[in-house]
Amino acid sequence: MTGFRAILMRDLRLALRQGMDSAMVVMFFVIAVVLFPLGVGPEPNVLARIAPGVLWVAALLSVLLSLERLFHTDFEDGSLELLALSPPALEVVVLAKVLAHWLITGLPLIIAAPVLAVLLNMPADGFGLLLLALLLGTPTLSLIGAVGAALILGSRRGGVLLALLILPLFIPVLIFGVGAVEAAIGGFPARAPLLLLGAVFAGALALCPWGAAAGLRQALE
Amino acid sequence: MFNYFANPRRFMKLATVLSPWLAGVTLVLAAAGLYLGLFASPADYQQGETVRIMYVHVPAAWMALFCYVGLAVSAAVGLIWKHPVADVAARATAPIGACFTFLALLTGALWGKPMWGAWWVWDARLTSVLVLFFLYLGYMALNSAFDDPQRGSKASAILAMVGLVNVPIIKFSVDWWNTLHQPASIVRMDGPTIHPDMLWPLFLMIGAFTTYYLWVLMLRMRRELTETRLRARRQIQAEEARA
Repeated sequence: MTGFRAILMRDLRLALRQGMDSAMVVMFFVIAVVLFPLGVGPEPNVLARIAPGVLWVAALLSVLLSLERLFHTDFEDGSLELLALSPPALEVVVLAKVLAHWLITGLPLIIAAPVLAVLLNMPADGFGLLLLALLLGTPTLSLIGAVGAALILGSRRGGVLLALLILPLFIPVLIFGVGAVEAAIGGFPARAPLLLLGAVFAGALALCPWGAAAGLRQALE
Repeated sequence: MFNYFANPRRFMKLATVLSPWLAGVTLVLAAAGLYLGLFASPADYQQGETVRIMYVHVPAAWMALFCYVGLAVSAAVGLIWKHPVADVAARATAPIGACFTFLALLTGALWGKPMWGAWWVWDARLTSVLVLFFLYLGYMALNSAFDDPQRGSKASAILAMVGLVNVPIIKFSVDWWNTLHQPASIVRMDGPTIHPDMLWPLFLMIGAFTTYYLWVLMLRMRRELTETRLRARRQIQAEEARA
């Protein structure tokens, strides 16, 4: 447990010292969402209709943008090897780094999302569910993304490759996340999509650290 | 048996013997299946003659899943037991599986236009098969993204196993979500619900597609093993020339 905390605190401190780097993800999220009213036209009804989907897709892309660096800097400067040799299991290291990644990127997205939802004229019924769905969905994205980020270490054109590997696996989160918000807006019970989101999260929490650790091990060989 | 074929030379010998047989069986099955499917079987009472797309669409979709499971299993065998031929099999399966998946999507679109009035609908079955297609592409891209081919095959093997979660989703998508795509009618608890006149050509075509896959797999694997051998020989020659 101490190892877990030490790695978590280290990653958080690194992110805070680098300042702008972590703010960049939220800025990308905001700009990507703002592009939609400019692209689709400022019609309030149209924006309200597409708001849940736009927010979720933008969140997916922003998380993707930050994932490449999840293990890359540690891999480059050799600290990943030290982490692998340290007492906690590599799976625990992965989990700590994923939690730090979520706190740095996922949480700011969740805070920024309601503001953008207002800008997009989303009906007020959906706000609570949007927050809840993002709260369940973004950690799942970080977990699944960790597997991809581990696999591309040392490859050519890692960033583009990561998008190709990870976006297909993000699709269930997108479908159920948007489904929950749209159900709430339409006045239907959102229980089923939320439960499915929770199930995807639970499955990812159980399996992804193993996959990512396996990826890291073969990268360090 | 498992260890026996870890030697590429033995595998090559077997593949050379098997290939013409597989080719022959494929041709016989495909000829019988196509004749029964296109001429001898009745048109559907609802869908008319368009139902005959089924004899390509269903086997292609079945092979898309079959190849992915084969890919994941051989990737896992290659990763866990460091079985060299299994690695080659996984690498050789991926493009074939991607082609079958593309064929299933294409014939599905051709069938969907007259039946549903749209080339493409965002139904659960179609979307999950599209994801399968992207998984194949991702596997191939990751496999070739490393300068060291060993690293590539290991990394992509892990990806293949992660992507395996999509296979049951595809299989059960028509039962879990009530969407446009028709539910399963062959592999069911209470037996197939298709009339035997249509079931037989379908089975023959599925058999033909499966042996075709095995045939092409043997060809691709032989090619890849020969290429590896050539590369090794050239390396030795270059070293001798330098010395």
